[in-house]
Amino acid sequence: MTEERDAVATEARDAIVIGAGPAGMAAATLLARHGASVLLLDEQATPGGQIYRGIELASPRLRDVLGPDYRHGAGLTAALRDSGAEFCPQSTVWQVTPEREIWFTRADTSGRISASVVIVAVGAMERPVPVPGWTLPGVMMAGGVQALLKTAALRPAPGEFVLAGAGPLLWLVAAQCLAAGSRPAAVLDTNTGAAQLAALRLLPRGLRGAGWRYLAKGLTAMAAVQRAGVPIHRAAHDLTIEAADGTACAIRFAAGGSQHRIATRLVALHEGVIPAQQMTRAIGCEHEWDAAARCFRPTADASGWTSVPGVLVAGDAAGIGGARAAEHAGRLAALAALHRLGRLDAAARDRLAAPERQALASHRALRPFLDALYAPPAAILTPADDVAVCRCEEVTAGAIRAAVRQGCLGPNQAKAFLRAGMGPCQGRMCGPVVSEIIAAERGVSVAETGFLRIRPPIKPITLGELAALEPGPVLL
Amino acid sequence: MFERIDMFERINGGAALRLDFEGRTIEARAGDSVAAALLAAGVLATRRTAVSGAPRGPYCMMGVCFECVVEIDGVGGRQACLVPAADGMHIRRETGARDLV
Repeated sequence: MTEERDAVATEARDAIVIGAGPAGMAAATLLARHGASVLLLDEQATPGGQIYRGIELASPRLRDVLGPDYRHGAGLTAALRDSGAEFCPQSTVWQVTPEREIWFTRADTSGRISASVVIVAVGAMERPVPVPGWTLPGVMMAGGVQALLKTAALRPAPGEFVLAGAGPLLWLVAAQCLAAGSRPAAVLDTNTGAAQLAALRLLPRGLRGAGWRYLAKGLTAMAAVQRAGVPIHRAAHDLTIEAADGTACAIRFAAGGSQHRIATRLVALHEGVIPAQQMTRAIGCEHEWDAAARCFRPTADASGWTSVPGVLVAGDAAGIGGARAAEHAGRLAALAALHRLGRLDAAARDRLAAPERQALASHRALRPFLDALYAPPAAILTPADDVAVCRCEEVTAGAIRAAVRQGCLGPNQAKAFLRAGMGPCQGRMCGPVVSEIIAAERGVSVAETGFLRIRPPIKPITLGELAALEPGPVLL
Repeated sequence: MFERIDMFERINGGAALRLDFEGRTIEARAGDSVAAALLAAGVLATRRTAVSGAPRGPYCMMGVCFECVVEIDGVGGRQACLVPAADGMHIRRETGARDLV
């Protein structure tokens, strides 16, 4: 049985896994089963990550509404609990050194623990969707709305919300809200015919392995929304969210050759997901530009080894593949770690890795098609001048362009010019957009433009929490 | 804007909690994050920005965007979407720049 101790011993571990989503849970479970001492840290109170959030406490009725792919997570959490891996919830990791020392905060106290191997399994985040009005209260990400359903039995008020954007999650959330008895006022689909055409050639290869099942799932969700009679506006563009009394009151957009306006107090935006890079960047891992997925990702080999010795990355944090792919990637990382720890010889590692690699490829088959189909629209990659890009410091796209004209060459200089990326979120929300805007203005690639330099602490900590770091043997 | 669906309640019950939000009592369920409790109570704007004073509210619900930061029991800068609601908690909006001391 997994223990959730109040006190966490600070002795070094064989492995520390950061993030208790599918990759992290699968990795920690396998490491523990092979006798390695493993500590799994997560910010949430229960394991599951975002995809299986709240799974342990979800009622049967809610599990039905969220569907069989959500229910699958219950097996992962049960295996984790049974494995003997030490799970440390509500723990915020704010620094990982290249020497694999983990610094984290839990219940107002901080501690550090070192490990022979670190597995970063921090998952994905929703791509920022900077449209006019996206900073208004009442505008959320679609995944945020889904999180409220998963964890708090909260659904958007029926008929009083609009889903806008593109991507599998948008349709899934729409279908799940319908199943929960809450009908969206409309779905604004920003996907274009041109993107569909471009994606088509990738479809045949995408259907191999489990690919066709993902396609079927997506089509089923779309059909459910259509069948329910929800107004769907195809190829919607020029989205603008209007405010009244400081909160969202309506969304305006163009579609089908005319202008539309829908009164709504809740808008859920979504334009796909990207790897959460804060942790791997702060460790100093090399990153590379993924042109197809239009995002940076840490450079890693087939096992997940990054450029920093002893540091693995697994799951969506290494490149978007989805929950089932993440699970297999987590096991591959664990097998690589077990070999490094001397607990598995190369032959055993490779034998156990073979079916995981096969399953990983199967679950990733449709990804190139999805990347092409849901390529983010230019309007959110390089938004209009008056749109706020850095939400924290309220820096507009226009201000970033002006800085480029004054000689700003990259996102790190943009910090000095404008403070973009220097607020509490530390560039999580604006970083990808700032790089895109600067690249477009300068006429160079995003790869060449680069990304914000991320420095610890990657989550805000108080001086009290810092001061609580004593060289003593026990935390908390 | 959001409504509770009782048949989806957590299998462990989700005991009723009472929180104080700027002098107003709001109901929550055990297991709610502070952000979920505020949204369930119809509170959309949970802070004002330090730069322009514009209202902001929970956006990502997963600890990324820092829009839902509030003051909880006198401690500022807490991410409401990551802090579990607890009975008797005092929550306040943050307005403007934070004091350093």
